[in-house]
Amino acid sequence: MDQILGNIGLLFEFPIVNFKIVIDGIMIGALFALAAYGLALVWGVMNVKNLAQGDFVIAGGYVSWWLVQHGFPALLGVPAAFIVMWGIGWVVYKLVISRVIERDLFTSLLATFGLAIMMAQILNLLFGSDTQSVDLGYETLYFADGLIDIPIAKLIGVIMAAILAAGVIIFMKSSRMGQAIRATAQDARAARVLGIDTEKVYAFTFSLNAAICGAAGAIIVMVWVIQPFYGITHSIRAFVIVTAAGLGNLPGVIAAGLGIGALEQYGAHIFGIGYQQAIAVMLLLLVLLIRLIQQLRVRQVLK
Amino acid sequence: MGNNKIILYAAILAITVIAPFVFPAFGTQLATLWLMIIVALTWDMTGGQMGYNSLGNIFFYGTGMYVAAAVTIGMVYDVGEYTSAHGGGITSFTDQQYFTGMFVGILAAGVFCSVCAVVIGYLTFGLRGPYFAIGTLGVAIAAGELVSNWDWIGGGQGIALPVYPGDLDEGKVFFYFLFALTGVAVFLFCRWLYQTRFGAAINAIRDDEEKADAMGIHTLRYKLVTWSMAAFFVGIAGGISAFQLIHFEPLETAYQTINLGIFMVVCVLLGGKGTLWGPVIGASLFHVFKEVTWNYFLGWQWVALGALIVVTVVYFKDGVMGYLLHTKPEWFGVKIDQKASEETS
Amino acid sequence: MSDVIIDVQGVSKSFGGVKANTNVSMQVERGGITGLIGPNGSGKTTLFNSIVGYHPIDGGSIKFEGQEISKLPVQKIARLGLLRTFQQTRIYGAMNGVENMLISLPHRKMSLLDALKKNTREDYERADQLLEFVGLYEKRFLKSGDLSFGQQKLLEFAMALMNEPTCLLLDEPTAGINPTLINGLIDRLKRANEEFGITLFVIEHNMRVIMNLAESIYCLAHGEMLAQGTPDEIQNDQKVIDAYLGAH
Ligand SMILES: Nc1ncnc2c1ncn2[C@@H]1O[C@H](COP(=O)(O)OP(=O)(O)OP(=O)(O)O)[C@@H](O)[C@H]1O
Ligand SMILES: [Mg+2]
Repeated sequence: MDQILGNIGLLFEFPIVNFKIVIDGIMIGALFALAAYGLALVWGVMNVKNLAQGDFVIAGGYVSWWLVQHGFPALLGVPAAFIVMWGIGWVVYKLVISRVIERDLFTSLLATFGLAIMMAQILNLLFGSDTQSVDLGYETLYFADGLIDIPIAKLIGVIMAAILAAGVIIFMKSSRMGQAIRATAQDARAARVLGIDTEKVYAFTFSLNAAICGAAGAIIVMVWVIQPFYGITHSIRAFVIVTAAGLGNLPGVIAAGLGIGALEQYGAHIFGIGYQQAIAVMLLLLVLLIRLIQQLRVRQVLK
Repeated sequence: MGNNKIILYAAILAITVIAPFVFPAFGTQLATLWLMIIVALTWDMTGGQMGYNSLGNIFFYGTGMYVAAAVTIGMVYDVGEYTSAHGGGITSFTDQQYFTGMFVGILAAGVFCSVCAVVIGYLTFGLRGPYFAIGTLGVAIAAGELVSNWDWIGGGQGIALPVYPGDLDEGKVFFYFLFALTGVAVFLFCRWLYQTRFGAAINAIRDDEEKADAMGIHTLRYKLVTWSMAAFFVGIAGGISAFQLIHFEPLETAYQTINLGIFMVVCVLLGGKGTLWGPVIGASLFHVFKEVTWNYFLGWQWVALGALIVVTVVYFKDGVMGYLLHTKPEWFGVKIDQKASEETS
Repeated sequence: MSDVIIDVQGVSKSFGGVKANTNVSMQVERGGITGLIGPNGSGKTTLFNSIVGYHPIDGGSIKFEGQEISKLPVQKIARLGLLRTFQQTRIYGAMNGVENMLISLPHRKMSLLDALKKNTREDYERADQLLEFVGLYEKRFLKSGDLSFGQQKLLEFAMALMNEPTCLLLDEPTAGINPTLINGLIDRLKRANEEFGITLFVIEHNMRVIMNLAESIYCLAHGEMLAQGTPDEIQNDQKVIDAYLGAH
């Protein structure tokens, strides 16, 4: 308890610490936002709530980590993870997701939960249960008498996340496939009438989602750590963000992603690093409760 | 009850009683089978009968373990000192302390979990479908994380209870019967509950909660009562597990979200959701499959179990009972009438 | 002064830009049958939803037996004995007729201990009686989801009666019912009112039905209360005639 109060006191004593926490949070939150965007995409287009989202992220991280272990340059990991996870996403879609789309939501939730367990266990068998990261070997920049430290690697990570996000957004806005995806999300039956092959759209969307997650994971392994069983926390973060922002609200997803990142960093600062997972999950409960109360006001429930 | 049914129940009861003596080598596995039956039956109370698919019922299992342990130890020692000593020196319990502690501890576990269910339910029963599932999953994960940071109760190291005072084999049989007794009690309880007006009301909540509300059914009250009844039994099961396992830790034993926490759901799906026998059949099939195949997968067991979950959910969602209901509706007294919808339309 | 059971004063409700109800006031007399008519989209169902607490209202007051209910949620209002049926019939399709009836037992009159009992003989008898009353006795063991729309409407009506409400709001009870059976239904509605003493408040499109049924009729148009009166007065009210003609 004393320690917690001490940590809070520190925030007031050295306001600049807040600055560091927020920066850290935003940098990591940008990556959360990517995975959450993918979740919202799949959720909106095919009404599947994917609980294996975080495991795609972690798998992408391992792709990149494996390449570095085998002497490839670290930055190659991001496109490589994008491509590999695209393929895995496609296979997962064909084997599992395509068969649960029409079913009730709990079915898809459970099926993807089963997938999440499988993926985590496979990663565990392949790569062991130690935490891993990739060291880009860049320096760290110091500001404000060393109170703020920003590793260049993190800056690179944020820039890559921004590039990826911009790429996806432009793709969704201007390509034919992007338009087909948006049309399907609006009304799948109408899209079918207009001659859109929704089956193809679904497969593409899910693969794209896996690829985005994979790339995000490849960045996360450079700026943070990964471990086979961290997937579920990433999935939960994605849910928190989408629940807070609502579907089809891109600025909201980005804002919520950055916000969740910052809140988690504050939580870790105040309660200690051991509480990191707990904080991520507590944020989920908090967001659910807030949304619930909002809904209760109009006498609705959170469906 | 028809004659056939009486014979069936008697046979099952007989097998239950003699099983641990006929297969002494499998004492622990048989006890675990009953544990699976308990958690599957209780999961189905809300999941199958009421339509609230919780992914967090394991919360009650873990909490039951910790409450039972804390109460038992607390009756004799200071819990904080006990855990910080990690079993060094001050762990002697007399037989009387052990059994009284166990009785009070397990009962307290059940009661505490019921209360938790009411509190958590009050906050989460406005969530529907996937939000409820994920919210309850969140509760279970959060609890595991928080407990593993809570040193008073042993933190991530976990906590150790005293060993059963008799000899080892006797202990196995003892815990087997504790689980079996609880399992039979849960089964009979569900069997009775589903025949009451209450049972019909929770089915109504499952099929159309808005309509149930509009008819003045006390939906929130019934939901809370149902979940707290389920939580009571899961808490008891957790309490028994705590004594059976002797040592346990938060993330992988107590709040084991991705093992028992999801297995209970799969058992129910495998056997047939929303039926009385489904969870029992499903739990038996699942457990036997798991135990029989375990050694053949050479380290890939968990992957295989994940795959089993996916396959069950995707390809066999109505389960054994659903399959029977579909192919042999007359067994269940369902009447089908072709002329059903002529006339008045 | 006559006995008013539902008293709606100045209720407004809009959805986004759509004003579904504007400053609506009306009363339902205890023990009577009151009608509500109006062209499609005039806000009848919205008014029902406001009364039973389905959504919060923007302004005004709704009283049931003198008690303000506009802030109460659906369950609490239903538990006061104010019940509604749905325009898009809602029954438990997976269950059979008898099960549907038994679920409709008045849970508001039960303690938890009562609920934990099995259904009594009387419950079954009452279910059978009411199913007989609406003419579904022969079909009582069929899966209700397989019944025709009209039969489902009748089942929902029977379920509502099973619930022993003080006041029942019916949203288009004759919609989808075979025209040859409508006279029978009117008769049953009247009997439910007289024999069971249930106050009825009925939305109806079919003019012939409502004129036969109700003692007092309200007419909505474009979300506003246009007219009120006896069937004769309404039938001869120029504003009502215009509203209907204008809507077609
Ligand atoms: N939940 C809602 N959200 C948005 N608009 C709504 C909603 N419910 C009703 N409306 C609108 O309010 C208006 C009144 O609808 P309402 O259903 O009350 O009419 P009605 O008189 O019952 O019509 P009908 O005779 O067709 O049943 C309509 O314009 C409708 O589109
Ligand atoms: Mg209407």
